[in-house]
Amino acid sequence: MNAPLPTLRDDARLSHLDWLEAEAIHIMREVAGQCARPALLFSGGKDSVCLLRIAEKAFRPGRFPFPLLHIDTGHNYREVIEFRDRRAAELGERLIVRSVEDSIHRGSVVLKHADESRNRHQSVTLLEAIEEFGFDGCIGGARRDEEKARAKERIMSFRDEFGQWDPKNQRPELWNLYNARTHVGENVRAFPISNWTELDVWQYIERERLALPSIYFAHEREVVLRNGLPVPVNVPLASGELTSLPRPGEQVVLRRVRFRTVGDISCTAPVESDADTVARIVIETASTDLTERGATRLDDQTGDASMEQRKREGYF
Amino acid sequence: MSTPEDKGLLRFLTCGSVDDGKSTLIGRLLHDSRAILADTLQAIERTSARRGMEAIDLSLLTDGLQAEREQGITIDVAYRYFSSGRRKFIIADAPGHEQYTRNMVTAASTADLAIILIDARRGVLTQTRRHAQLAALLGIPQLMVAVNKMDLVDFAQPVFERIRDDFLAFAAGAGIEQVRFVPMSALRGDMVVDRGEHLYWYDGPTLMEMLESAPAAAAPHAHPFRFPVQWVCRPQDAANPLLHDYRGFMGRVEAGRIAIGDAVSVLPSGLSTTVRAIEIGGDALLHAGAEQSVALVLDDDIDVSRGDMIVAPEKPPRVLRQITADLCWLSDLPMDRARTYLIRHTTREVRAKLVGIDHRMDVNTLERMPAERLVMNDIARVRFKLAQPVFADPYALNRSTGAFVVIDDSTYNTVAAGMIVADADAAE
Repeated sequence: MNAPLPTLRDDARLSHLDWLEAEAIHIMREVAGQCARPALLFSGGKDSVCLLRIAEKAFRPGRFPFPLLHIDTGHNYREVIEFRDRRAAELGERLIVRSVEDSIHRGSVVLKHADESRNRHQSVTLLEAIEEFGFDGCIGGARRDEEKARAKERIMSFRDEFGQWDPKNQRPELWNLYNARTHVGENVRAFPISNWTELDVWQYIERERLALPSIYFAHEREVVLRNGLPVPVNVPLASGELTSLPRPGEQVVLRRVRFRTVGDISCTAPVESDADTVARIVIETASTDLTERGATRLDDQTGDASMEQRKREGYF
Repeated sequence: MSTPEDKGLLRFLTCGSVDDGKSTLIGRLLHDSRAILADTLQAIERTSARRGMEAIDLSLLTDGLQAEREQGITIDVAYRYFSSGRRKFIIADAPGHEQYTRNMVTAASTADLAIILIDARRGVLTQTRRHAQLAALLGIPQLMVAVNKMDLVDFAQPVFERIRDDFLAFAAGAGIEQVRFVPMSALRGDMVVDRGEHLYWYDGPTLMEMLESAPAAAAPHAHPFRFPVQWVCRPQDAANPLLHDYRGFMGRVEAGRIAIGDAVSVLPSGLSTTVRAIEIGGDALLHAGAEQSVALVLDDDIDVSRGDMIVAPEKPPRVLRQITADLCWLSDLPMDRARTYLIRHTTREVRAKLVGIDHRMDVNTLERMPAERLVMNDIARVRFKLAQPVFADPYALNRSTGAFVVIDDSTYNTVAAGMIVADADAAE
């Protein structure tokens, strides 16, 4: 066993990070206690990296009472996929990967054109995985501060057989009494870090010394500028194939950037930054002018309500 | 960055209706504490301009979902976050309209403090009393009354003082003890984060100063130890013989504190033992206090499962097969007296049948009246008979072990919230 952790002074309140962590552990254990077949959605991104640390604190020295599940769009950054596999192996936990590519082959996902963002199509593949394994609870890393459709999200969010989120038909959630009961075919999405902000996530990563995919830290990258956002181009996939090619006439420039959020290559843009350590990112996050999604998500800007729309279709 | 100045986290609730400036106040708190980032601000600037307004309308920050706007409905509580640098705050923003009681009860259940907004032009209204009453019912120990829109009454001191006196006169009768008052203009920003110039006659703290210094409410360590078991960890790892007999009882300390060597007893068996180890994620702690999620390893091999409770042996909770409670009905389907329901209390779930409704309470007048049925937003004193016992304290002493929710066993919806009252006469 490691050295004892600092403990609570008699009269002291928990620090805000300790409180958030304790709440998240409690939520995760409720999912384990109430759901027959839960899964933890692990993408390799920073929020789900925090979830894994919380799962360790919740269940060690035992194994996690759920497998890890990743819905791979096939257009993820190679560094993130490598990190995902390495982290699951280090933890000795089972990782299930289901891919949008397979849904395309099955015909359940039809792309309008080859370059269309696969982000929203993850919902289809996720529902197929839920059905295949009979998952009745999926733990995700969504946070209420991300987007206004999330501000009213429950910690245990109820979804029907089609994975749909009906904002009018959510269960009241009082005290820390969560209701994860479902009928066959239904499921809950559980969000243990609902009450965390982007800054809390970075402070937790710093405190717990959590490893992250390298693209979260400042690095040189080929980009083109679209609507003022640096959009990565010539990105190698795991296969070695290059994706996100520049459009005719676009000028490719080299910029020092980092990702604040990682997802499908087609919809995640980095920010210009010199922050190459977690400590520097914490400082930058505390003084930033832009929201995480506003600065980086190419798909959220298509409509005021696009996250809400995606959630109704079964998105995380 | 957990610094010595870290004052932890405070959860508070804002109560008010559409036109008393609640959205503007929340917008002001977020704006002046720099929790709103440039792109969000630009978006509401554009919307404000499109709607023909000269200044930014901060209330747009709490604008609802597309589904709400389209259908003209309110989908209960929204949660918002900001930090003052010394303290992190979570606002539970409960909107008004018909479902108000249900929304406010939900938001209040996790709040340490409630801010009640009063429009300075209108003074203490029926709804002000209802807000204060619900806050008291849900056990929120601290109220802050924000007398808003002082700019519309020429920042006049007598207006503020008259409203304060009116409120205090009512509060004394309603058993509300800790109340603080602040005059403000959320629209102009006076006394929210900055003092402004117009309220020079007021020498008390700003709203933000009050929030920063307010004591957090829940779970004092002085209470007797309560540890509902959520999960039992039995690794049975063949590769690690040290773990072969390991049994960790995992849960959150809901009240009190525990140290290695402390005597505990386990309910429902009533068996006693001592604490051998306290752990988080396999790392050892010497002791743990309220709100910490830990695992306990016990000295004796006692059978313990999810739903059991590990407690202080000298001051155990009551073991109840019948409970008397204040119940708020939350579902749009009325209560069916012929049915059995599920009650979830701590980590325990038991079948329950309504024995009787003592009275219904009008939250506006505090009047008690007989009732045969319960519909959405009703609050009533009821008695349930339970198929298995629960291990409970009165809600007034311990929110965690005094609270429960009622679940419909056919739809699995959460249909009511209950608070166990002290004078239950059914202790075994």
